[in-house]
Amino acid sequence: MKYTYYPGCSLETSSKSYSDSALAVSELLGVELIELEDWNCCGATVYLSYEELISFTLCARNLALAEKYDRDIAVPCSSCYTSLKKTSSYIQENAELRDKISQALQTANLKYKGKVEIKHLLEVYVNDVGLDGIKSSVKRELKGLKVAPYYGCQIVRPAHGFDDPENPTSLDKLTEALGATPVYYPNKTSCCGSSLVATNEELAFRMQRDLLLCAAQNGAEVIITVCPLCHMALDAYQKKVGKMYGFNFKIPVLHFTQLMGLAFGVSSKKLGIKTGLVPLNKALSVYI
Amino acid sequence: MEPRIGVYICHCGTNIAGRINTEEVVKYASTLPYVTIAKDYKFMCSDPGQKLIIDDIKEHKLNRVVVASCSPTMHEPTFRRTCQQGGLNPYLFQMANIREHCSWVTEDEGSATNKAKALVAGAVYKAMYLEPLEVKKVKINPNTLIVGAGIAGIQAALTIADSGHKVYLVEREPSIGGHMAQFDKTFPTLDCAACILTPKMVQVGQHKNIKLFTYSEVLEVSGYVGNFKVKILKKARYVDPDKCTGCGECALKCPIKVPSEFDEKLGMRRAIYKPFAQGVPNVYTIDKERCTKLLKDKCGLCEKICPPGAIDFKQTDEIIEVSVGVIILATGFQLFDASQMPQYGYGRLDNVLSSLEFERLCSANGPTGGEILLKDGTKPKSVGILHCIGSRDDRFHPYCSRVCCMYSLKFAHLIKDKIGAGVYQFYIDMRCFGKGYEEFYNRLLEEGVHFVRGKAAEVTDFAVYKGEEGKLIVRCEDTAIGAIRRIPLDMVILANALEAREDAKEVARIFSINTGADGFFIERHPKLAPVSTTTDGVFIAGCCQGNKDIPDVVAQGGAVAAEALSLIDRGEVEIEPYTAVINEELCSGCKTCIELCPYSAIEFDEEKKVSVVNDALCKGCGTCVAACPSGAATAQHFTDKQIFSQIEGVLA
Repeated sequence: MKYTYYPGCSLETSSKSYSDSALAVSELLGVELIELEDWNCCGATVYLSYEELISFTLCARNLALAEKYDRDIAVPCSSCYTSLKKTSSYIQENAELRDKISQALQTANLKYKGKVEIKHLLEVYVNDVGLDGIKSSVKRELKGLKVAPYYGCQIVRPAHGFDDPENPTSLDKLTEALGATPVYYPNKTSCCGSSLVATNEELAFRMQRDLLLCAAQNGAEVIITVCPLCHMALDAYQKKVGKMYGFNFKIPVLHFTQLMGLAFGVSSKKLGIKTGLVPLNKALSVYI
Repeated sequence: MEPRIGVYICHCGTNIAGRINTEEVVKYASTLPYVTIAKDYKFMCSDPGQKLIIDDIKEHKLNRVVVASCSPTMHEPTFRRTCQQGGLNPYLFQMANIREHCSWVTEDEGSATNKAKALVAGAVYKAMYLEPLEVKKVKINPNTLIVGAGIAGIQAALTIADSGHKVYLVEREPSIGGHMAQFDKTFPTLDCAACILTPKMVQVGQHKNIKLFTYSEVLEVSGYVGNFKVKILKKARYVDPDKCTGCGECALKCPIKVPSEFDEKLGMRRAIYKPFAQGVPNVYTIDKERCTKLLKDKCGLCEKICPPGAIDFKQTDEIIEVSVGVIILATGFQLFDASQMPQYGYGRLDNVLSSLEFERLCSANGPTGGEILLKDGTKPKSVGILHCIGSRDDRFHPYCSRVCCMYSLKFAHLIKDKIGAGVYQFYIDMRCFGKGYEEFYNRLLEEGVHFVRGKAAEVTDFAVYKGEEGKLIVRCEDTAIGAIRRIPLDMVILANALEAREDAKEVARIFSINTGADGFFIERHPKLAPVSTTTDGVFIAGCCQGNKDIPDVVAQGGAVAAEALSLIDRGEVEIEPYTAVINEELCSGCKTCIELCPYSAIEFDEEKKVSVVNDALCKGCGTCVAACPSGAATAQHFTDKQIFSQIEGVLA
């Protein structure tokens, strides 16, 4: 199985452990990720709220580059995923936007016909590789580990994606395939507030508080994320949020590919497990 | 005999003549082959218009008539009668639609006139090859089968039976009554559902013209309008209905407890049971899936203690065949399963109830004796009612279920009345359209119910703010004040959508009718034939046709009875002769047509080894004609010869 890999900016820098673990896990699952040459930022964080057209054009450039190959794009970041997907569907639906973007692409001798399929890594693993394929790669079942699968708000948008926008279950199923126990908690698709940290810190922290508290109250021992921004929000600010609201707990936050890697027997060093800021707890240390 | 065709062009006031040059069309028509006479007139369908045709038939010895006017839906029967009055077989008439297909939809006068000429020529060319056909008459069996004994089926059964005709009433459950029997009060008058329903149920049970089959299902239907044969499966209830007095001793002794379906599993019943005290017939039934005597040959307590000795573990399923002339389906609806929308916590959070569960909770003969209680046995201080669960939602049902706004108001009133708790309605729009409904809504506004305009997004038990601990928190956008709200409540009632029954498609297949995109049975015409179906003699009433409230269901129950009685009293039906015929000489017996026929109208004659069309069942769709590899099948009135000639005419 070959995919065009679009890592996105975060995976090059702050979330290197996500990239490392994703590549390691993919290799074991027979998923070949071929990085898109000369890719650019998807424009999600800044441009999308400031000037949509620029954001869509940036995405369209990536899609046009990817269209040269007969492969689907695999995207690890939920923000990139939703930006690319939005762009692709808007281009198809809106002729005016299509014309403007075509013009812009033309100046770089590029053309986008709308034939690329955009998939999140989670979708690649759960749907293309399949749960049976994942199960058969498990070397060490994560028996008894209580995992809060956190979807975040972007992976389920726009609707009609690969999972139910109100009640996604793919990450729960994947957790089960690793031998761990997914815990139900109602906030699994609410926003992590990461994009608000710079502009409305108080609100962002309140959202993070709700999320962490909800996961903890339902017995989670670890939270897994499918987006580098969610990971950053819940990992980097957990100490600060905990202090603000007087928590008496800490929950480690892992990229879902790191948890997969642990079950597949990949060394925790290679997976970058210890690069997280929240210290590992007992439940997780067993598997390190 | 050489064709002598009369052509009549109608002006339809200015509807046709305003766009089409009728004079020119008349002139053109007279030049067409075999046309003896061509005329135009202001209104062909009027008495003088029709007289024109009758006189011409006699005077000019016409043996074919073509009228170019409107769509045949309305006036084809009119002109056929005209031909008959003139002494001509009514099937020697051909109509050309130059209004809906031409004058109303063509802007340019020249093009419209040209098109009208082409259509008239097509009709004339077809008319050349028309053949006289005979209308078949079939006697009608005066008995009626009604499937489903909810309020719709009960109303229809009583109306027909009271007129002196026999009714076979089939109900799947051990008792009749349907969903209405589960309700507490009815909106907007608040009369008690049981008080108005149970007398009717008793009447059904005692009526000399109603033969009741409860705990039974229809397996198979064959035949056609006036002459249906129906196979009914009468499931074994292991109790002799003639001996059982309904005393209930057995249920008191039966050690097996099972969640009661009638009480929406909020209460328990025994393995030998009657769904509810007022059930009709007053006969107990043994649940063979749960009875240990039937499963493992252990117990048998009921048999030992039954005073009249009515228990019969040897009873077996029976198949009974009845003959009827008319069939009425009143199979009702089922409730949308809200666990498909996990954001509302149904099935996961205690005290999130479906609407029917709340009906049972409210009902005096329900599991709590009519007390509104939380799972822990205390009374709720605040209750939320969430509208449109599964309705008006593209992911489930795009339609409005029509009754939820009103039963939600009724719930609010009952809660206020019984326990005085605070009530919040989370609604998209309030749809209070019926007689006395808006007034009821106004009354509830006066009673101090909170109306929050916004569909609830979520019910969660995750407390964020003080005062939310241990509560169910409803999150929603209140669009009236433009704010996101979190409202902590003790109990949440979901206003579930009503939907077509799971097996509606299968039932539709058995009775040769159709279901629509929404899953409900389709009526013949949404306005003018609301209880008829495309299969003659098969009618539908109540919620199996689409969601409606009790007044509308009862009205349909009456309407469907009138349709049935009208058919029965006619005594015989005419069957359109537009059927397929299979030429025995040409048929190779390949049976291709039998497989394809959507109306199961073709049978195989084992002796002659040929397919034979049953013309009472055939709708003349032409599927067999197109499929027949040997060209043995012909569609009467639409023969290849006629159609090719018509095409030639259009192109002439």
